[in-house]
Amino acid sequence: MKNKENILEVRNLKKYFPLVTGFFGKYSVLKAVDDISFNIKRGETLGLVGESGCGKTTVGRTLLRLYEPTAGEILFDNKNIVTASASEIRLIRRKMQMIFQDPYASLNPRMTVSDIIGEPLDIHRLAKGKARKDRIHELLHLVGLNAEHATRYPHEFSGGQRQRIGVARALAVEPEFIICDEPISALDVSIQAQVINLLDELQETLGLTYLFIAHDLAMVKHISDRIAVMYLGKIVEIADSNELFANPLHPYTKALLSAIPVPDPEIAKNRKRIILEGDVPSPINPPAGCRFRTRCWEAKDICAQQEPLFKGNSRHQVACHI
Amino acid sequence: MVDPISKMLFHPFTHKIGEDEAIVRPSTTYWQDAWRRLKMNKGAMAGLVIVIIMLIMAIIGPYLTPYTYDAQQLVSEYTNLPSSSEHWFGTDDLGRDLFTRVWHGARVSLLIGFVSALVQFLIGVTYGGISGYLGGWVDEVMMRIVEVLSGIPFLLYVVLLMVVLEPGLHTILIALGAVYWLSMARLVRGQVLSLKEQEYVLAARALGASPWRIIFRHLIPNCMGPILVYSTLAIPEAIFAEAWLSFLGLGVSAPAASLGMLVSDGISSIRLYPWQLFYPAFFISLTILAFNIFGDGLRDALDPRLRK
Amino acid sequence: MTRLLDVKNLKVSFLIPAGEVQAVRGVTFSLEKGESVAIVGESGCGKSVTAHAIMRLLQSPPAVIRDGSVLLEGRNLLDLTEKEMQKLRGNEIGMIFQDPMTSLNPTMKVGKQIAEGVKLHMNVNEKEAKRRALDMENLVGFPNPERRYNQYPHEFSGGMRQRAMIAMSLACEPKVLIADEPTTALDVTIQAQILELMKDIQKRLDTAIILITHDLGIVADVCHRVMVMYAGKIVESGSIEDIYQYPEHPYTWGLLKSVPRLDSQERHRLVPIPGQPPDLIKPPVGCAFMPRCKYALKVCVEHDPPNFQAADGHQAACWLLHPDAQAAREAVGLEARS
Ligand SMILES: Nc1ncnc2c1ncn2[C@@H]1O[C@H](COP(=O)(O)OP(=O)(O)OP(=O)(O)O)[C@@H](O)[C@H]1O
Ligand SMILES: Nc1ncnc2c1ncn2[C@@H]1O[C@H](COP(=O)(O)OP(=O)(O)OP(=O)(O)O)[C@@H](O)[C@H]1O
Ligand code: SF4
Ligand code: SF4
Ligand SMILES: [Mg+2]
Ligand SMILES: [Mg+2]
Repeated sequence: MKNKENILEVRNLKKYFPLVTGFFGKYSVLKAVDDISFNIKRGETLGLVGESGCGKTTVGRTLLRLYEPTAGEILFDNKNIVTASASEIRLIRRKMQMIFQDPYASLNPRMTVSDIIGEPLDIHRLAKGKARKDRIHELLHLVGLNAEHATRYPHEFSGGQRQRIGVARALAVEPEFIICDEPISALDVSIQAQVINLLDELQETLGLTYLFIAHDLAMVKHISDRIAVMYLGKIVEIADSNELFANPLHPYTKALLSAIPVPDPEIAKNRKRIILEGDVPSPINPPAGCRFRTRCWEAKDICAQQEPLFKGNSRHQVACHI
Repeated sequence: MVDPISKMLFHPFTHKIGEDEAIVRPSTTYWQDAWRRLKMNKGAMAGLVIVIIMLIMAIIGPYLTPYTYDAQQLVSEYTNLPSSSEHWFGTDDLGRDLFTRVWHGARVSLLIGFVSALVQFLIGVTYGGISGYLGGWVDEVMMRIVEVLSGIPFLLYVVLLMVVLEPGLHTILIALGAVYWLSMARLVRGQVLSLKEQEYVLAARALGASPWRIIFRHLIPNCMGPILVYSTLAIPEAIFAEAWLSFLGLGVSAPAASLGMLVSDGISSIRLYPWQLFYPAFFISLTILAFNIFGDGLRDALDPRLRK
Repeated sequence: MTRLLDVKNLKVSFLIPAGEVQAVRGVTFSLEKGESVAIVGESGCGKSVTAHAIMRLLQSPPAVIRDGSVLLEGRNLLDLTEKEMQKLRGNEIGMIFQDPMTSLNPTMKVGKQIAEGVKLHMNVNEKEAKRRALDMENLVGFPNPERRYNQYPHEFSGGMRQRAMIAMSLACEPKVLIADEPTTALDVTIQAQILELMKDIQKRLDTAIILITHDLGIVADVCHRVMVMYAGKIVESGSIEDIYQYPEHPYTWGLLKSVPRLDSQERHRLVPIPGQPPDLIKPPVGCAFMPRCKYALKVCVEHDPPNFQAADGHQAACWLLHPDAQAAREAVGLEARS
């Protein structure tokens, strides 16, 4: 029964960044995340994909209240995070953690590995002295490193190892939900699988829930149960991952899928790629109506006038007029 | 084709695959690395050696002679003597041994330099760190205060303080500290502003770390390099500023003396007894130069762009 | 007929305080006119260093070229003076870098930057150079070349900048174009645009291309041949069919198996390559891949494998291909390779 419950519900979440443009301090807003809603069930993995700058990181950080949401509701375990007080947030942060994109920037270069992993233990007063040391070694073990590494500094590790240190730090508070913000995109192909498999294993043994942010669709498909596709601050399609790949409905999703590189010359030669024209428009003044219409080959008149609404069943929803 | 290799070797080799996560290169910390680079810089090392010698002499120098810095010998055969085996640097118009006085002065000057650097370090780093990290209106207000304070001329400060407090070492230390922490605060704030968007800071916030912890555990250790360089360069600046105050008669009070004070005294008798000017002037220049060269070398050594 | 580009036994080291990093340890390959080859390998294996050595762009110190030659139509580039090399760069060999922002001059109009290169190498007047620059902008698919000509790099998106870089490096019709991870910093949809563009250009201008990447996926439909590089050496090379369908080197197997396949429905475990590449300060005596190789033989510990011919034009440096290793090779079987 527990499996069915939603661990996280996001409703109409918005995050706007105020920008000062021009000499006279004219304000404009950058709509990084504009009215998105989704749920994540306990124990599942939701993949979040989209182009650079579409707002994926902003979603992840807003969920953790690292950014203050502009509007909307975030229910974590049925508790609204948006209105939570500072001390409540501290508690929530024990249950909800984040793994960062850049394994080089996300570890403090002046701290040893044991201080980095030990920091959450100190902050939440989870362990001290010998218990702290044992726990650090245990965590290092969990991510496939050993006690000998504890006294080293981050710059002495390879990217994959650093990312695993980041995972260990997130696990130190025994969270239930982890936001993985492109945990592998800075890593080599041969190392990526190490981190993915680690995340997979941890999910099985610890029953974790993930929000997995990435732009590599093949990896997202591999790890996710459901996938949400984002474009310019909006979710345009959300579906079970096999369903999404077998039957993409939104033109943007179709283009994304067709652009995935395939390591097989036979398939690659015979495949027809959908090459999107042009670039992603600026999120400062996105196109009216459907935001994808400037690059969409199926665009009709209605697309410019009306914003498409989300429709479909619980397994597959899409926001497109066609 | 290839030199014959025993067929025996073409059998599977059982080993633990990928267990080799050991790190071959020796562990070097940031500071070890910086020290290594510093050692390669000859000028900076010379500067450091001179600084250390000055420090040692400032501590033991006054005890190397049978005289004390304030013992006067007002008999004319003892005053204004040139260098000799008894008085290595000669004596001044009150018959005091110049060697003792120079090292005593160096002690006072260096004390002023170090203490004001320390004051500026403590206040400036804390202030700048808090202002930069908290940002928003707190930053706005804190930086306005700094602007207003730095608008007040230095001399005005000192004179005001002299009026309130009695002149002397304490007053000078307070005055120097009160002025110099301002630019340190600005420096630290700038550094913190650029560091606080780093992912490791976000990670710490995500873990529930308090602002206090983030500032002192994450941000400040990471801008320690420029802070240290700045502090090092602040020492000669303070020594110089004190010398300058001495010229205006606002220096430490007699019979105590700083190098600056000795120079200022020496100038009045430059025609007749040039050594009275020469020795203190030489040592104050040497100190300031050594600190500056060393500080520059330190900056090069700590430059994160060179770090690999 | 001499080959267009012939790199022989290239060895490059970096002298750093901790010791000598042997970044490239004997790379040999050649390139025909109009051919495109890919160099694939993980970070730090020496791909960029190889490319920079060919372009003579290495900073020395710390870099030293220990051995080898780079023959461009029979001329050894390593013997040329810096002046001669400058004439050659952009003119006969062009290069595109990973980060398009750092390789464009931010204070100069993009069109001007392209025209500047043309003027420098082709000895033409201002007007002619501009015309040629506009042609190039057209070629790389700028929607509005006239307007784009007068814009600055910061007004361009990542994809547009990379196009500008390509236009710049193609303006003088170089014979060889080296692209060092041209799409790594870009999004999938933009990456698809750029790859399509490179394919198209290759067909139209008959330029030879060296495409450097760590993603085996993107080379499949752009390149004719693939070279897999590991720890400063080329461990396997062959046509793309050879590499994807009949790979012979355990490292290539690993690379192919560590990425998820889209065609599989059920969720299978990925097979990572365990461990990490050796530190090139102390390169191993035997096969550099040995510590991570599941199929290692006793010989691999002490002896560096030479290149073995697996098929025509397909070579791999692995002891499993040695005639004496027949038995071990059969034991490995086919499961490892697909
Ligand atoms: N702190 C901020 N202040 C102002 N604008 C911001 C801030 N953070 C992000 N943005 C803007 O919000 C938009 C969304 O950014 P975000 O980092 O969420 O994208 P992303 O999908 O994570 O991209 P990537 O794949 O490159 O990581 C971008 O246009 C970005 O410029
Ligand atoms: N300036 C340098 N000083 C010292 N070592 C260097 C320098 N440049 C490169 N190296 C070393 O040379 C090796 C090869 O580096 P190279 O840049 O060629 O890797 P790469 O294959 O291009 O990797 P990536 O995919 O990360 O670009 C690395 O081990 C690197 O540490
Ligand atoms: S709503 Fe219209 S413009 Fe938008 S994706 Fe659908 S068809 Fe294209
Ligand atoms: S030579 Fe030996 S260790 Fe190297 S790849 Fe081949 S089998 Fe593995
Ligand atoms: Mg992001
Ligand atoms: Mg490279």
